[in-house]
Amino acid sequence: MNKKTFAAFVGPSVFMMFIFIALPLVSVFFESFKITQPIVEQQEVETCTPGFIGQTCVTEVKTVPVLDENGKTVTQTEWVGLQSYRNVLQLDKVGDAISSGNWGDILQIDFWKALRFTLMFTLLTLPLVLVVGLSLALAVNNAVRAVRGPVIFISLLPFIITPVIGSLAIYWLFVGDGILTSLLERWTQTNISMFAQAWTIELLMYFFRVWNNAPFAFVIFYAGLQTVNMDTLESAVIDGASRWERLRHVIIPHLMPLIIFISIIHLMDVYRVFEEIVGFRSQAHVISLQWLTYDFLVPDDAGNRAISRASASAMLTMIGIVILLIWPLRRTWLDHKGGAH
Amino acid sequence: MLKKLALAGVVSLMGTTAWSACAFENQTEVKMLSAGFEAWKAVADAMSECGNVQAELDQEFRTKQPAAFEANPSLYHIGGVSNGTLTPLLNAGTIRPLDDLVEKYGQNLQPNQLIRIDGKIMAIAMMVNTQHLMYREDLLAENGIEVPTTWDEVYAAAAKLKEAGIEVPLGATMKSGWNLAQEFVNMYPGHGGTFFADDNSAVVNNEAGMAALETMKAALDYTDPEVLVSDSTYVQQQFQQGKIAMANLWASRGGAMNDEAESQVVGKVKSASAPLAMDGGAPATTLWWDGIVIAANISDEEADAAFRVAMEGLDEEMVKGANDAAIWLVKGYEPTEMAQGAIATATANPAPPAYPSTVRMGLMHTALGNELPAYLTGERDAAATLAAIEEAYSTSAKEAGILE
Repeated sequence: MNKKTFAAFVGPSVFMMFIFIALPLVSVFFESFKITQPIVEQQEVETCTPGFIGQTCVTEVKTVPVLDENGKTVTQTEWVGLQSYRNVLQLDKVGDAISSGNWGDILQIDFWKALRFTLMFTLLTLPLVLVVGLSLALAVNNAVRAVRGPVIFISLLPFIITPVIGSLAIYWLFVGDGILTSLLERWTQTNISMFAQAWTIELLMYFFRVWNNAPFAFVIFYAGLQTVNMDTLESAVIDGASRWERLRHVIIPHLMPLIIFISIIHLMDVYRVFEEIVGFRSQAHVISLQWLTYDFLVPDDAGNRAISRASASAMLTMIGIVILLIWPLRRTWLDHKGGAH
Repeated sequence: MLKKLALAGVVSLMGTTAWSACAFENQTEVKMLSAGFEAWKAVADAMSECGNVQAELDQEFRTKQPAAFEANPSLYHIGGVSNGTLTPLLNAGTIRPLDDLVEKYGQNLQPNQLIRIDGKIMAIAMMVNTQHLMYREDLLAENGIEVPTTWDEVYAAAAKLKEAGIEVPLGATMKSGWNLAQEFVNMYPGHGGTFFADDNSAVVNNEAGMAALETMKAALDYTDPEVLVSDSTYVQQQFQQGKIAMANLWASRGGAMNDEAESQVVGKVKSASAPLAMDGGAPATTLWWDGIVIAANISDEEADAAFRVAMEGLDEEMVKGANDAAIWLVKGYEPTEMAQGAIATATANPAPPAYPSTVRMGLMHTALGNELPAYLTGERDAAATLAAIEEAYSTSAKEAGILE
């Protein structure tokens, strides 16, 4: 492909990525070092509230933003350095917890609580998704040709369901008066409350994510299995290699680039875990980094949002993903370099 | 809060909406953005009678409204608000004073409906709402329990009901986040606490705060174990399915108890004043109202038309057609039996406070919603929780620029 054709193909995508990914990222990066505040003043305001007989009026001093002559809120922006990061990380509290020996206290700070779950969730679902995906692919590959189509279709179904919808469905099935809970309760004659404690919620989250993501791994692995060198496999059989040995020494090495590929996608995807938190309403017990950013961004009834802390938290999430990706990316790069020679 | 109420939209009394003709023919395009619960549907329908009215009933109205009203010209002419969501509009100066319009077209308004802020009429209220005690009259009578008037009595009654074999005697809107924070906003002033010092710093780490937390935690012995995911709709359903016997629930949910299509307990649920948290205190709840505002960034002609249309939406005929949909402030409303609890709550002496909607209260509400769950799940003790609330508030108040 000559350079011109290449540029014509890649150009639009690069342009879009620049506008919709690079620019917002840069803006969030700068936003995380700034704080924009309205100029406020103290005002004595009388507010009346209707009752049934008459109104009750209270006069109180309220802090209200100052408006300019056009009726716009006057704001000031200040560079605050790492203040927002300090507010999110709360390192002083972490220090206190470590020096006092109460390590558990660290997990009561929102960011660290979210980080604990996000990391564990990402790293534990990865092998599960790989194993389930590969097993499905092997099973389908060895199945009779006639049933392959339907089996592939059914295995792909969870992947088609939008995660928000999927997590809501799971929530409704397992909540106190949900169908599945009611069935299980009738069966076991005990009261089951899946959403009353952290570990059951987390268990459901793992289950949901693996169920939702395994089909992706399955499709990729299934495609990869079609390219396994039959000669190598046959010679392995002749050499007396067992099924397990063939898998271990022929198939998996062959699929390794795909395993790395799925791992990269999975790490990027799952580190941003969010749908489960909202769908399962788990904020009381389990939160994730992405949810934390969202929580900072959502305005309260008075219209406040913590944009600076949200930006800092978003940057920290990105840094986390980058750190997680270093190893698989480096490996791909080395493979690539090795392959080139 | 409207969001919670909004789900009360299930209260389907639509069949009875009056289709009265509008008194004038509206020629100007009028758009409204409000919450989507039953009362708003009745009002929107009545407004539409005038022609050229587009009403958008949206549960996410409170996030959309401030930005939509800030546009010039404003994207909507009429906004449906509650005292909780009025603050950002008021602070941004995107709604107009209504004094002249009230004088021109507001003959049928009750003085009670005019929401004055600093002497100027900024909103027209149409209904009130509050959290108060709802209870199963039959279950309480069967077990010889008087209607509780304090939280101690509520828990004593709950204990008795549990002994009598009712597994989950109590429902509570304790979904972590907004709902749970609101429970504290009810309970803490009920124990005589105030949220802020004069310099906008938070002062909840005190005896009243401890007492409020203890009262809240005491509920967990009698509620569903999954109470931290239970919002108003869930509690309403627990009532409708006959699972719970008592709850401190929104008045706007009352209609649903007698909805034969959904409820298995028609006629059995009654309401009473919100329980007291301490002797001689006010009922541990807050008062709310819902009503309309008119955008500032529209022409005077448009504002004129919008206000006239709104007056048609809030008239006597509308209320007659949808009497049970809300506790209306509009002339012609006949209080139902279910409204007795709200009336008793609001007329109590001392009366409960109105929800103190301010910038700092918004921040406090968020801090409460995020920090309270750890106490109720047992991860953190009461004192540490109150300290954490103050700290979370002070971080966000500094970021918002209202605290030095």
